Amino acid sequence: MRRKEHFTIPGKYILFALTVLCVGTMSVSFLTDFDGGFLNTVSGYVLMPVQRGINYAGGWMRSRVENLEELRVVKEENEQLKEQLAELTLENNSMLQERYELEEFRKIYDLDNEYKSLNKVAANVIGKDTGNWFHMFLIDKGYDDGIRVDMNVIADGGLVGIVTKTGPDWAQVRSIIDDMSNVSAMILKNSDLCYVRGDLKRMTEGTLQLNDLQDPDNEAEQGDKVVTSHVSAKFHKGILIGYVNEISTDANNLTRSGSLTPAVDFEHLNTVLVITDMKQQVDTEAADNETNG
Amino acid sequence: MKRKIVTILLILICFLLQSTVFKTLAIASISPNLMIIVTSAFGFMRGKKEGLWVGFVCGLLEDIFYGRLLGMHAMIYMYIGYANGYFNHIFYGEDIKLPISLIAVSELVYGFGMYVIMFVMRSRFAFTYYVTRIILPELLYTIIITLVFYRMIYAVNHKLEDQT
Repeated sequence: MRRKEHFTIPGKYILFALTVLCVGTMSVSFLTDFDGGFLNTVSGYVLMPVQRGINYAGGWMRSRVENLEELRVVKEENEQLKEQLAELTLENNSMLQERYELEEFRKIYDLDNEYKSLNKVAANVIGKDTGNWFHMFLIDKGYDDGIRVDMNVIADGGLVGIVTKTGPDWAQVRSIIDDMSNVSAMILKNSDLCYVRGDLKRMTEGTLQLNDLQDPDNEAEQGDKVVTSHVSAKFHKGILIGYVNEISTDANNLTRSGSLTPAVDFEHLNTVLVITDMKQQVDTEAADNETNG
Repeated sequence: MKRKIVTILLILICFLLQSTVFKTLAIASISPNLMIIVTSAFGFMRGKKEGLWVGFVCGLLEDIFYGRLLGMHAMIYMYIGYANGYFNHIFYGEDIKLPISLIAVSELVYGFGMYVIMFVMRSRFAFTYYVTRIILPELLYTIIITLVFYRMIYAVNHKLEDQT
């Protein structure tokens, strides 16, 4: 220890050296595809097993606590539910009518089939963004399980996000409510294109921005389904994003904007499905089939 | 050597807690920032040099797993750790006023830093919104957690200092 003290480098030199290093890695990762490389591998091996353990234990404890709470709540709820049941029976009749309409729509768009034909892998959410500014999270499947950057992530039948970084047995997912997320989307009923952007400001209301909707006939209205569009380079066509919440015409009188309620509950996200078919790959295969057939 | 291992372990534990347990404890989707507490505490307890290293490691972990620009958090945390080191000579342990105020200021600096780098640069200017909705709640929550957590870090540090 004593001998070492003769050689110590003053703090400010270390500070300077590390600053240069940080600025270097920042510009490299900004300008190129570099995302940490070996750092992802090393740190992944150290942290992932523990992270999984903590999460498992945490989940177990939370479910116990929730069980107790639920018992109290359930009794109250039971009373309310009985009242609701009466109301709902009435509503149900009108709903049935609407369902036939819905099935018609489904037939027209044939979305269900497209969903089902894609290969999916289930993964657990094992960690969430440490800061409060963004909405990244980690899943417990990685490069070794066939997860690649730009794969789509869904849950509860709705779009969750996209894989942005992979380690050997973990992957980083950027959710669509993240402030930097921008998804090309369309209104399901008339295929009008728009953009769905995450916005930190709207996160408190639990909504997303809906921008640049090209809707000359003002057809879109509250409650319309919004799905990923066919022009997106990374997202598969027709994955449900959410429902139009409110919409108004922009100052330029050409486009419309508003907000959208996501189909997925991002607060309680535990398991997700990663679509292991990439958009590009599926497209080229489909094109091949067409030319061959 | 033992000191380094214990410090790194402490950082890893805090990082894991931060991304799992503390996220489920979040109130209105705001969770406290453990990494700032650790960085700042090591800064004023151990001096500039250790502060900057601890900050660098804390930030790098965030960058690897949740970051977009590798090195951005590392740099912010590093400077916060280093700056806290300046207060090493007026730090006398038991008194909790100085630690609390230093951690609070560090948290504010981090909040504003994040806002400027990640939001102003993308021309999102709703300053008052971000201050009242993100920065201040996070500050408050972090201070409350500090009251509990600081004692533990202090005890760990005290034990290590006794041995050397």
